[in-house]
Amino acid sequence: MKFAVIVFPGSNCDIDMYHAVKDELGEEVEYVWHDTDNLDEFDGILLPGGFSYGDYLRTGAIARFSKVMKEVIKAAEAGKPVMGVCNGFQILLEAGLLPGAMRRNETLSFICKPVELKVENNESIFTGEYAQGQTITIPVAHGEGNYYCDEATLEQLKANNQIVFTYQQNPNGSLADIAGIINEKGNVLGMMPHPERAVDSLLGSADGLKMFQSIVKAWREAHVVKA
Amino acid sequence: MLLKLEPNPEQIKQEKLYQQMGLSDGEFALVENILGRTPNYTETGLFSVMWSEHCSYKTSKPVLKKFPISGPKVLQGPGEGAGIVDIGDGQAVVFKIESHNHPSAIEPYQGAATGVGGIIRDVFSMGARPIALLNSLRFGELDSSSRVKYLFKEVVAGIAGYGNCIGIPTVGGEIQFEDCYEGNPLVNAMCVGLIDHKDIKKGQAHGAGNTVMYVGAKTGRDGIHGATFASVELTEESDKDRPAVQVGDPFMEKLLLEACLELIQSDALVGIQDMGAAGLTSSSAEMASKAGMGIEMNLDLVPQRETGMTAYEMMLSESQERMLVVVKKGREQEIVELFEKYDLEAVAIGKVTDDKKLRLIHHGEVVADVPVDSLAEDAPVYNMPSMEPAYFAEFQAMENEIPQVENLKETLVKLLSQPTVASKEWVYQQYDYMVRTNTVIAPGSDASVVRIRGTRKALAMTTDCNSRFVYLDPETGGQIAVAEAARNIICSGAEPLAITDNLNFGNPEKPEVFWQIEKAADGISEACRVLETPVIGGNVSLYNETSGTAIYPTPVIGMVGLVEDLDHITTQHFKTSSDLIYLVGETKGEFGGSELQKLLNNGRIFGKAPELNIQIEKNRQQQVLAAIRAGVVQSAHDLSEGGLSVALAECLFENPQLGARVNVAGNLVSALFSETQSRFLLSVKKEHQAEFESLVEAALIGEVNNSGTMSVVSGEQTVLESSVEELKAAWKGAIPCLLKSRD
Repeated sequence: MKFAVIVFPGSNCDIDMYHAVKDELGEEVEYVWHDTDNLDEFDGILLPGGFSYGDYLRTGAIARFSKVMKEVIKAAEAGKPVMGVCNGFQILLEAGLLPGAMRRNETLSFICKPVELKVENNESIFTGEYAQGQTITIPVAHGEGNYYCDEATLEQLKANNQIVFTYQQNPNGSLADIAGIINEKGNVLGMMPHPERAVDSLLGSADGLKMFQSIVKAWREAHVVKA
Repeated sequence: MLLKLEPNPEQIKQEKLYQQMGLSDGEFALVENILGRTPNYTETGLFSVMWSEHCSYKTSKPVLKKFPISGPKVLQGPGEGAGIVDIGDGQAVVFKIESHNHPSAIEPYQGAATGVGGIIRDVFSMGARPIALLNSLRFGELDSSSRVKYLFKEVVAGIAGYGNCIGIPTVGGEIQFEDCYEGNPLVNAMCVGLIDHKDIKKGQAHGAGNTVMYVGAKTGRDGIHGATFASVELTEESDKDRPAVQVGDPFMEKLLLEACLELIQSDALVGIQDMGAAGLTSSSAEMASKAGMGIEMNLDLVPQRETGMTAYEMMLSESQERMLVVVKKGREQEIVELFEKYDLEAVAIGKVTDDKKLRLIHHGEVVADVPVDSLAEDAPVYNMPSMEPAYFAEFQAMENEIPQVENLKETLVKLLSQPTVASKEWVYQQYDYMVRTNTVIAPGSDASVVRIRGTRKALAMTTDCNSRFVYLDPETGGQIAVAEAARNIICSGAEPLAITDNLNFGNPEKPEVFWQIEKAADGISEACRVLETPVIGGNVSLYNETSGTAIYPTPVIGMVGLVEDLDHITTQHFKTSSDLIYLVGETKGEFGGSELQKLLNNGRIFGKAPELNIQIEKNRQQQVLAAIRAGVVQSAHDLSEGGLSVALAECLFENPQLGARVNVAGNLVSALFSETQSRFLLSVKKEHQAEFESLVEAALIGEVNNSGTMSVVSGEQTVLESSVEELKAAWKGAIPCLLKSRD
C-alpha cells in the first residue's frame, strides 16, 4: 500500500507521519507538495498536523484552496482512505469533507499532552484493529481542537456511528467529547489527537500504530477480494 | 516624494545627537578618527548599533576571554551563529542560547516569540536542522502583582506561539521566581540543531565579485535600534521603546528554514548569516570582516514593507525572518528559483569587494562608506573597574546556621508549593514538546532527551542557574551553575559535551556589578575546565536593572550531552517497588540561598553559598554515569532546591502508587532540606546491589515500596510521613492556583 503525506507550507508533522508509515508500519510513503495535481498513484492520503499557512484567517482555511485539495477530494470520492490529523482534520472540515467546525480550546491556550481516548467505533477502516470501547493513549497538541457542529449534525454523526474516538477527559471542550469522526461513507477520518506520535513505546505509547495497521488491513482485504 | 530631513554631520556633532543613539563622546571622536571626517547620520547609526554592548561585547569581552573554548570535539567555538560539537559518525550538534530580556519586559508575547525566532535562525544559518528548543525564564514573585502574572503568561504564550507553529519541540527549560526580576524578567532561549560535518556553513563573505543576496521577509521600520535598547537599563520610560520590539512571524520563518536548509546543499552558496540584532548592518559587516573582505550594497534593491524608508532605517531595522547570503557570481537565478518554491523573495542587493569597506548606496548616492573591521572586530573594548560589593564580605563572615523548623511535613509541603520548586506542567503543556517525534524524555525530569533518528544515539539537554547562589558568591555560584547542569545531563544517562552561556547581569558600569561578572566567569571557567565542557558560544545581556536595582547575577548555562545508547536513557522517577534507594554525597548544614532560607525569611537570602569541590563533583558524576551505562541504575535525580526531601518526593510523582521509606541521620533539618552540592538520589534493583556498590560510593538509605506514602525515619522514629498524593497535589497545583488567585 502506498501513502501520500501532503505537505502544505507550514505543515510540521509531515515528518512524523512519514516515519510512522515508513519505519513503524513498513509501507511505502512519499511526501507530496501542495501544488501537486495528481494523486492517482497513492492508495491512502494522509494530511498531517502543523500550521498550514500559519493558521492565518482560520486554521485550515487557506490550505483548503491548495491545488492538491481538489485531488484529495477526488481521492475521497473514489473511496480511498483519507486521514487528517490535527491541522489535517481542520483542513478536512474547511474543505467540507467532514461536517462541523473547530473552535479555540476552552482554556484559550495550546495544550500538549498524552490523553486517553475511547474507541467508539471499531468497525471503520481506521479502527478495525482495536477492540470496541478500548481505551488508548494518544497525544494531543493543538490550540484549536474544540470541535463543534449543530444539533442535527451531531444526531446524524451518532446515528451513523461516525464518532470514532471520544476523550475520556475532555481537554479542549469539544462537543460530546468528540476527538475523531469519519464521513458517512467511512473512508475519511479527521481526528485531533496524533496517532503518528504514538507508534513507538520509546516515546511513551505505541497505541496509534493499530490505526495505521487497520488502514492497511482494510485496504488489503478490499483489494484481495477485487483481485 | 517626501524626503525626510536627517541632521547633517555638523549637527550630529554640535548637538551631540550621537548620544541619543548610545555613542559616548569618546566613541564619537574615535569614529571621526577612523573615518578622517565627521560621520553622517547613517554612518553614526551603523557605529552606534555595532558598538552597542549587545553586538560588540565591548565591556564583557575581557571577561569572555577567560572561558575555555576549545576541546577535542569542538568543531566551531564562539564567533559564528552557534557553536558546534562532534558527536561521531560524521554528525555534530549545534547549539546556542540567547536573551530577549528587554523586549520581553515591554512586550512579553512578541519579545519572547522573536527571541525564539532569532535563536532558531542562528542555528539553521550554520546549516543545521533545529531539533529542539529550551528556555530559561525569570520573573518576579507570582503573588506580587498582576503585572508579573501577565508577563509570565504572555512570555510562555509567546514561546509556545512561535515554537509550536514552526514545529520545533520545546523540550525543556527552567523557571525561577524572585523579587529582583519583577521589573526585569529574563527570557533566554536556546536552540539545538543537528548537522552532518560536510554541511557546516559559516557567515563569511568570501570571493570578491560574489553576489550578496537578501532572502526572507521584507524590511520594515520595526525594531530600529533594538540592539541599543537592549544595552541600557530599563526605566519607567521604557514603555515608549515599544516600537523597538520586533514582531515575529513563525510561518515565514518555517518557510525560510526549509528554504535555507535546501540552500545549504547548493554549491552556489558561499556564506550565510542571520539578520539578527542590528539587522542588515551586523550581518553584512560581520560577514565581510570575518572573511577579510568588504561589501557594497544598493539599498534601493532591499525588499521594503513600507514606503520612503531611509538608509538609516533600513540598516538599523530588526525586522524578523531575514537572512543575508553570499552566492557565487552567476548563480543568482538558481537561488531565486529555490526560494520561489517557498513563496519567498531572494534578491541580489550587492557584491563582495576586496577593499574591506562597507559601502551603501541609496538613490544613486553613497550614503555610508566605512571600514568593516571598525564596525565588527575592532569595536572598542573597555576594561571596566571592578569592586567587591560590601554585602559579599558581610555574607562570607556569617556562620552556617541551621534554621529552626517546627513541622517537617508542613515545611516540605510549603517547599513543594514554591513556584520555583513546583511542577511547571502549566507551562510546558502549552509547548509542543513532541513534534518531530524524537522526544524520549519530555519536560519534567532532570534533563530532556531527544533521540537521533536512524542511530542508537540521543542528545540530553538542560538549562540551569541558581542565581541565589551566584548572588551570594558569584565565583562558587558560577561553578555550581555548570556543575548542576552537568549533574542533570549525567542523571539522564548522557556524557556532558559542552555549554553555551547566557550572562544576564546588571549595569557593568557599576564596579560591584562588574565584579559579579568577573567572578562568575571565573567560576564558570574553572568548572568547565575540570568537567571538560568548553564554552562554545553564548550571549551577554547586561543592564538588567529597573530603576537602579540590578537582578541577581544570572549566568544561565545551557548544556548538551551525548547519550551513547538509547538503553542508557534514565529518568528521575522511581520505577518499581523494592528497589533500593541510594544517596550519593555527604550532607552538610548549608542553607545560604536555599529554598528553605528564602521561605523562612520572607524571600530574603544571606550567608554563604554551598561549597563546591569541582573535582569531587566530577568524580561522583563519572561514577554515576558508569553505573547508568552498566545498566544498574533504575532512576537518577540530582539534589537541588529543597534538598533531599524535595528530591525524594519528586522521584515519586510519576507513579504515585509507589512509596518510599528512607533513613536519615544527624540533624533532621539538614538531612531533609540542606542544599549541599554534588549529591544524587538513585534507585537500584536489589539484584544489582553488589555491582552498583562496586561502581559508586553511595549510602543505602532506603527502599521503594508500594505504600503510596513517603516516610522518613530517624533512628526508630518516623519523623516525616505523608501520602504521595498529598505532596503531589501541592506541587502540581501551586502555579495554576497562584495564577487564578486575585491580587
